[in-house]
Amino acid sequence: MTNEFWSFIFGRLTWDVLPLHEPIVVITFIVVAIGGLAVLGALTYFKLWGYLWKEWFTSVDHKKIGIMYMVLGLVMLLRGFADALMMRLQQAIAFNGYEGYLNAHHYDQLFSVHGVIMIFFVAMPLITGFMNYVVPLQIGARDVSFPFLNNFSFWMTAGGAVLVMMSLFVGEFAQTGWLAFPPLSGIEHSPASGVDYYIWSLQVAGVGTTLSGVNLIATIIKMRAPGMTMMKMPVFTWTSLCTNVLIVASFPILTAVLTLLALDRYVGTNFFTADFGGSPMMYINLIWIWGHPEVYILILPCFGIFSEVASTFSGKRLFGYTSMVYATVVITVLSYLVWLHHFFTMGSGASVNSFFGITTMIISIPTGAKIFNWLFTMYKGRIRFELPMMWLIAFMLTFTIGGMTGVLLAVPPADFVLHNSLFLVAHFHNVIIGGVLFGIFAGINYWWPKAFGYKLNEFWGKVSFWLWNVGFWLAFGPLYVLGLMGITRRLRTFDDPSLQIWFIIAGIGALVIAGGIGAMLIQFGVSILGKNKEWDTTGDPWNGRTLEWATSSPPPQYNFAFTPVIHDNDAWADMKARNAQRPTKDFMEIHMPRNTGTGVVLAGLSVVLGFALIWYMWWLAILSFVALIGAAIIHTFNYDRDYYIPVEAVADVENERTRLLSGAR
Amino acid sequence: MSRFAKLLLVPLVAPLLAGCNAVVMAPAGDVAVQQRDLIIIATVLMLLIIIPVMVLVVLFARKYRQGNNAKYEPNWDHSTQLELVIWSAPLAIIICLGAVTWVSTHLLDPYRELGRLGPDRPIVAEIEPLEVGVVALDWKWMFIYPQYDIATVNEFVTPVDRPISFKLTASTVMNSFYIPAMAGQIYAMPGMQTRLHGVINEPGTYKGIAAHYSGHGFSGMHFETKGVSDSEFEAWVAEVRNSPDMLSRQRYLEVEKPSEHVPVMHFAGVESGLYTAIVNMCVERDKMCVSEMMSIDEQGGLGHAGIDNLAPELYGGGEKNRSPFGPQKTYVAAICSTDEAIAMTAKLPALKAPNATPLVGKGLTRPEMVAQSNAPALDWLAGKLAFNQNTSADAL
Repeated sequence: MTNEFWSFIFGRLTWDVLPLHEPIVVITFIVVAIGGLAVLGALTYFKLWGYLWKEWFTSVDHKKIGIMYMVLGLVMLLRGFADALMMRLQQAIAFNGYEGYLNAHHYDQLFSVHGVIMIFFVAMPLITGFMNYVVPLQIGARDVSFPFLNNFSFWMTAGGAVLVMMSLFVGEFAQTGWLAFPPLSGIEHSPASGVDYYIWSLQVAGVGTTLSGVNLIATIIKMRAPGMTMMKMPVFTWTSLCTNVLIVASFPILTAVLTLLALDRYVGTNFFTADFGGSPMMYINLIWIWGHPEVYILILPCFGIFSEVASTFSGKRLFGYTSMVYATVVITVLSYLVWLHHFFTMGSGASVNSFFGITTMIISIPTGAKIFNWLFTMYKGRIRFELPMMWLIAFMLTFTIGGMTGVLLAVPPADFVLHNSLFLVAHFHNVIIGGVLFGIFAGINYWWPKAFGYKLNEFWGKVSFWLWNVGFWLAFGPLYVLGLMGITRRLRTFDDPSLQIWFIIAGIGALVIAGGIGAMLIQFGVSILGKNKEWDTTGDPWNGRTLEWATSSPPPQYNFAFTPVIHDNDAWADMKARNAQRPTKDFMEIHMPRNTGTGVVLAGLSVVLGFALIWYMWWLAILSFVALIGAAIIHTFNYDRDYYIPVEAVADVENERTRLLSGAR
Repeated sequence: MSRFAKLLLVPLVAPLLAGCNAVVMAPAGDVAVQQRDLIIIATVLMLLIIIPVMVLVVLFARKYRQGNNAKYEPNWDHSTQLELVIWSAPLAIIICLGAVTWVSTHLLDPYRELGRLGPDRPIVAEIEPLEVGVVALDWKWMFIYPQYDIATVNEFVTPVDRPISFKLTASTVMNSFYIPAMAGQIYAMPGMQTRLHGVINEPGTYKGIAAHYSGHGFSGMHFETKGVSDSEFEAWVAEVRNSPDMLSRQRYLEVEKPSEHVPVMHFAGVESGLYTAIVNMCVERDKMCVSEMMSIDEQGGLGHAGIDNLAPELYGGGEKNRSPFGPQKTYVAAICSTDEAIAMTAKLPALKAPNATPLVGKGLTRPEMVAQSNAPALDWLAGKLAFNQNTSADAL
C-alpha cells in the first residue's frame, strides 16, 4: 500500500537512480554543490537577487538577453569540455585489457551528452546570443519584434540545459550517441530515464530556439531602419536572417521526430521500432533532415561575424558584398538537399548516394566563394592584427582543411571507409571548432567593447588564441590519422597497443585546449576586474563600419535616441565619411516594452513538466501542464506591457554621451 | 586510375604509413584499394585549390598588414573578373570531382557483384563467389556459410582471391559491418537485409569491426578476418564441421542473448532457413515472419480477425521494458500453414530487382531490369519445407 503510494508520487524515481555507486559523479556533485552554494550564498550576501531578477532574469532588453545567452553557452562549454577531457583520458589509458576508469554505462553517457551539450547548449546559445545582441543594433532597431517572446525563448533554452544538467545527478543521460538512433533509443533497449532526459531537454530547448527564430526573422524583415533595403543590410544580419529561416524550417522536424520517438517510448506506438511496421531508417532520415541544416544554422552567423571582422580590420569595404549574400542564400537552400550524406552506408543505392554526394560538394562552391571574398577583402587593405582578425586568419587556415575533409567524406565510396571513424570525428570538430567556435571567439573579442564599454585584455587573449590553435591540431590531427587506421568512434577500450601513442597525443591536445579555455576565462577576469581598463568613450573602438558602432558602448537601453537613416551598406562608415552629426537636442520620449517574469515562470513549469514525464510522475505532469497553459493565458491579461522613457531621461543619457564624445576628441 | 594514384600516393602518404599501420591507406582487398585511390584522387583535386588559398591567406595577411604601407584602396570592393574566378575555380574542381563521384559510386556500389579481383584481373566465370550471411548480434558477429552449411561467431575466414557476397542483418539494434582491409562498411539492421561485396587479395589476418555504436558491449564487438589459401580454407571448413555444436533455431536464440567479449564459436551445421528467419524476425517458430505479415497486408490484411491473432509475448521482454501507456507486449502469431502461405505469396507479382551483372568500368550502361522473384517469404517457406521434409539444408 505505502509502496504503491510512493510510486504514485514519485513515479519511477527511487533512491536507486541516484548514481551513488559512481565515485566520479559523486565527487562532481559535491564540487558542484559546494560551488553552487557558494554562488547562491554570495548572491544572497551581496543582496543581488533583486538586482538579478529585476535587471536580468525578467528583462526583455535584447542586449541583456543576448548576454544571458552567452553566459549560458560559456557555462555549458565548461561542462561539455569536461566531458571531452574525460573521454580523452579514458581513450588514452584503456589499452591491453585495462578497462580504463570509466565503465560503459558512464562512458556511453559521456559521448552522448558531450555532443548534445556542445551543439544544443553551447553553440546554439552562443550564436543566438550574438544574433540577439547585434542584429537589432545593426539594423537600427530599439529591440526585437517580440521582446517578451525573446525572454521566454531564452528561458526555455536554459530550461533544456537545466534538464540535461539534472541528468548528471538524478538518473542518467542517454547512452545512444547524440542523435539517439532507434531501435537502440527505443524503450526495449533503453528502458531507463536517459533517453527521456534527451527527448524532453531537447523539446523544451527546441521551443525556445524555434520561437527565437520566428522573432529574429520578424525583426529583420520588419524593423530595419529607413533606407536599409535588403541589399544594404550588414552581412551578419543577412547570415542571421538565413540562419533563422533555417531554424524555423528545420526545428519543427526535430520536434516532430522526437515527439514520435516519445510516443514509441510512452504509449507503445511503432514508428521507429524494428518490427510491427516501424522503420528506424525513417528516424535517421528525419533527424538528419533537421541535423544537416543545423550545422549551417551554426556556421552561417559565424561567417557573418567573420565578414564584419574582415572588413573592419582591413579598413575596407567587404569585397563582393552581393556575391557574399547570394552565397549565403545558396547555402541556405542547398543545406536541405544533402542530409543523406550522413548515412551513405545505409544502402540507399548508387544513384541516390551520388546525388547527395554531389549536392554536398556543390555547397563547397559558395563556401569557397566566401573564403575568396574574405581573402580579397584583405587584399589592398590595411590590416590591424587585433584579436578578432587573428581568429579570422586562424579560421581561414583551419576551416579550409575541415572543408576539404568534408568534401572527401561526401564522395560515397570514400565515405564507406571513413564513415563513423575517428576521421569523421576529426572532420566535424575541424569545422565546428575551426569555424563555429573560432567565429564565436572572434565575435566575443569584437563586440565585447560594445557590450561592456572596454576592450578585452589582449595578452591573455593571445595566450588563449595560441593554445586553442595548437591544442586543436594536437587533439584532432591524431584523430585524422587514427581514422585512416580504421579506428571507429565511440570506442571505450582498445586492443592494439600501437594506437595508444596517438590517443596520448590527442589527450595532450585536449589539455592544451583546456589551457586555452583557462586563458580565456583569465582574459575575462582580468578585463572585468582590471583597474586599468581602456574605457571606450567613443562607442567605436575598432573604427567599425556598421550601425552598432554608431551608438555608445554599452548602448543605452533604447539603442538609438533617433532612428538612423541609411544610405549605404556600411552605414556607419558612410556616416563617418560624410561627417554626419549626431543629434544633440529635440529628444522625444521613447516607447519601450516592460520587463516580465512570465518567461521564467513558463520555462520553470516546462522543466517541471519535463522532469515529471521523465520520471513517470503523471499527477505532476498533468498539474504542471495545466499550470503552464494557465500561466500563459493569465499573461495574456497582463496589459501593463509598455512604458515611456521620459524626454528628460533620454536627454540626460544623450547629454552625458555628448560630454564623453567631446572629451574624447 | 590506380597508376596515377599510386604515383601520388608515395609522397603524400608514405610518412603516414611509416609511422603506423594505416589500413585504410594500405588495404589488402581490391575494393578497399579502389576506395583508397579515390580518397587520394579527391584529396589531390581539392588541394589544387586549397593550397593556393592558404598560401594567399598568409601572403595577403603579411603584405597588407598595417605597418607595411602596401597599397591601400579602402573602397575597392568589386571586380567582375575576380568574381568569375572565385566562383568558377571551385566549380571546375567540383565538376571534376562530381564526375569522379558519380562513376565511382556506381562502380563501387556495395550491392554490385565484383567485376574484378584486382587491376587487370577480371573474374573467371568458374569461381563461385563465397556466400556469407552476417548477423550483428549484441555484441558479437555471426557468420553463416550456406554453401558449406557451417556457421561461426566472431571469426570470418575466406579464401583469398575469391569474391565474397555478403548478406547482412542484425538481431536487435543497428550496426555497421566493416573490414577495413577488405572493403567499405555497410549497415546491418534488424528486420532488413543489406548487401556487400568484397574480396581479399593478400593472405593474412585482418581486423573486422562494428563501426556503429550499438550499446554497452560495442567496444568489444570485433572479429578476426583471415584470408587463407583454398586448401587452408577447406581444412578450416572441415575443422568447423567437426565441432560438436549445431546452430539450430533454439541454439541461435541462446547465442543471440547479449554477451560481451565472446570467444570464437564454431557450428558444424545450420538449421535450414535460419538466416531468412533472422531477417524476418521469426526465429521463434510461432512468430509470424515479417515477410508473411507484409504479404498479408499487401493483399488487404486480415481485418478485425488480425487482432485475435496477437499472442502475449512469450520470448523475453520483462515487465519494466514496456512503455508506461503501451499495450501489453505482443507478437503476431504465425497463422499460415506452409501450403497456404506459399499459395498466398505466389499470387504476388514478382518483384523487380536490378541486374547485378558486373560493370568493368568503361562507361556505365544502364543496368537492365529483369523480373526476379525474391519474396523473402518464399525463401523462408522453402527452407521451412525443406526442414520439415528433413532434406538437405541448402535452401538458404
